[in-house]
Amino acid sequence: MGFKEFCFKKSLWLFHFGGASCNNCDIEILDCLTPRYDVERFGMLLVGSIRHADVLLVNGSINQKDKKRLLEIYHQAPKPILVVAIGACGCTGGIFAEGNTFAGPVDKIIPVDAYIPGCPPKPEAILAGIVKLLNKKPEQHKSA
Amino acid sequence: MSKIIPIGPYHPLQEEPELFKLYCEGEIVKDVKWETGYNHRGIEKLSESKTFDQVFFLVERVCGICSTSHPFAFANCIEEIGEIEVPNRAKYIRTIIAELERIHSHLLWVGLAGHFLGYNTVFMWAWKYREPVLDLFEKISGNRNSYAMFKIGGVRRDIENDKIPEIKKILDLVKKKTDLLTGAVMDDPVIHARTKGVGILTKEDIIDFAAVGPTARASGIAIDVRKDDPYAAYPLINWKVITAEEGDVFAKAKVRLLEMYESVSIIEQCLDGLKKEPEGQTEIVVKNIPEGIGTGHAEAPRGEVFHFAKTNGSNYPVRHKIRAPSYVNIATFKKSCIGQTISDATISLAAVDPCYCCTERLASVYDFGSGHKILGGEELIRISQKQTDKLLKL
Amino acid sequence: MEKDFQIDELKKHFKDKVILIEKKNNRRIFVHISPDAVVKISDFLFSNLHYRFIIASALQSNLGFEIYYHFSNDKNGEIVNLHVILPAKKTAIESLTGLFEAANWIEREMHEILGIDFLNHPNLEKLISEGNWAEGVYPYRIEK
Ligand code: SF4
Repeated sequence: MGFKEFCFKKSLWLFHFGGASCNNCDIEILDCLTPRYDVERFGMLLVGSIRHADVLLVNGSINQKDKKRLLEIYHQAPKPILVVAIGACGCTGGIFAEGNTFAGPVDKIIPVDAYIPGCPPKPEAILAGIVKLLNKKPEQHKSA
Repeated sequence: MSKIIPIGPYHPLQEEPELFKLYCEGEIVKDVKWETGYNHRGIEKLSESKTFDQVFFLVERVCGICSTSHPFAFANCIEEIGEIEVPNRAKYIRTIIAELERIHSHLLWVGLAGHFLGYNTVFMWAWKYREPVLDLFEKISGNRNSYAMFKIGGVRRDIENDKIPEIKKILDLVKKKTDLLTGAVMDDPVIHARTKGVGILTKEDIIDFAAVGPTARASGIAIDVRKDDPYAAYPLINWKVITAEEGDVFAKAKVRLLEMYESVSIIEQCLDGLKKEPEGQTEIVVKNIPEGIGTGHAEAPRGEVFHFAKTNGSNYPVRHKIRAPSYVNIATFKKSCIGQTISDATISLAAVDPCYCCTERLASVYDFGSGHKILGGEELIRISQKQTDKLLKL
Repeated sequence: MEKDFQIDELKKHFKDKVILIEKKNNRRIFVHISPDAVVKISDFLFSNLHYRFIIASALQSNLGFEIYYHFSNDKNGEIVNLHVILPAKKTAIESLTGLFEAANWIEREMHEILGIDFLNHPNLEKLISEGNWAEGVYPYRIEK
């Protein structure tokens, strides 16, 4: 087993970055923590600092001002890191893609490993997406 | 030497994601400055390129939690321009959706306030009891958030009469759980100690900042658009405006908790009213919107949402202005935070219910001189939670 | 009865500064005023008649720049819109921030999106544009 596979074998810690979103995706991510969905049973934990994280969850469209911050966060992240774009906004820009401050969907700014579409995706969908990502063969991880 | 503590920057309402800089000396907050633009999506500009039908989907996404209030205000605004009267059944359905939203939003707030105080049990409880409300939404509209129920002249989907008993059953459950939660929050000595006398806003402050919603009502100013300028089904039913006099964080919590009971009662009355109206009459056909200027407002969970639109007889609004309640409420931080300790600042900020993400994300403390990071967002919450621990030991 | 009386008082006090009072229905009133009286009239509405300032909306039209100041009377639910027209050449108007804090942010915002100057504003800094669009670009202006 190589180092990269080893990194993603056990409990993953998640960091949540919200761009210019409408907040629904953020709430659904937080909802995953609460008793009905309880993401912690998979050993996942939402952490407050990117320096502790294995997975970066990005939701919302990214505007010019956010872009710099997103890049900075990505550079601060310990590598290898998995990036998940959540929601229509994160995947493509969604309804805000024509806005005058839009700076591009997440995958134009940093490499993305998984997309979870939906507006907003249900907590079940978020869980399913992350679990799927975990079961992916490690050599398919782009950024890792 | 004063230190700057940034809180923010992301805030999820329309143009108002902010970075708060708390200027501190020791533990005391001396000044607050804000910086916004992280969340600017140019919605007002985008709206000018969308047809009236599409604008509803856009304004729904101004804020995910208020995804009824913005379409509601916009519908009021356009219907005023076109002098459109919607059928009674649509009025009832609109009211039901708006009040369900109030319940879920207030539950969400109680949970987060609990989290900021280090009371994670309240957080978990409140969010657990919020789930049945979301299930109800899913039953009615097909989605947990962003319901897409509104259109000019009515609503998109009907609530069939045979669904009503089921809805009432879930409401009973929600009410029971709210009792439990209210008991837990209102009688808890630690919550009293952390919230009473904290972040006080006086009547004069409220008038100066033109604050609205529960923030104003907790300071004894009984403004509520639903009563003052009744729209939809609100004039047809019986309910009262909840106020409190103290103006502190506790009063705001009290107002919100008691409002949930009012909401449940409003929904029940609407469901009864729904039975009397013929099924299927949920909209009238609107051919075109005349030229004109309209203003519409609606009461969101956080206060008054205001929409202004100018039309020129075409399919698109020429100018569309949106004012979300947090836009005026957030400015009150300047009054409520100054003179408080840092650990009380988080809960004072949270008290007006800006969307939570702003205090959760990317908050960090910078040393004034060197610009080095000292404290992170988690740290801030931790400080607040430590204070609660201290109190517990007393 | 009373509310008509209240608004007609404006005409009595400010005479020719009030160009026209237009009652659309009994809850929506448009008052067209001349720009140099905006502070005095707003002060009168706010302090004497106890109206609440909601927000201001600016837009560009053939006449130049128009600003609607929205006030609300919470006792009877009426909304009064003060309407001023600024000629395209001279886009400056007195600030209302001295009267109430609530006007602070919106004036900064109007300054950014349309380039209207507010005289005597305590701090006409950037509010939303920082990093999103450049200085001197006014995205809501219509190029002619
Ligand atoms: S994908 Fe939809 S729900 Fe998520 S942030 Fe974007 S608009 Fe909001």
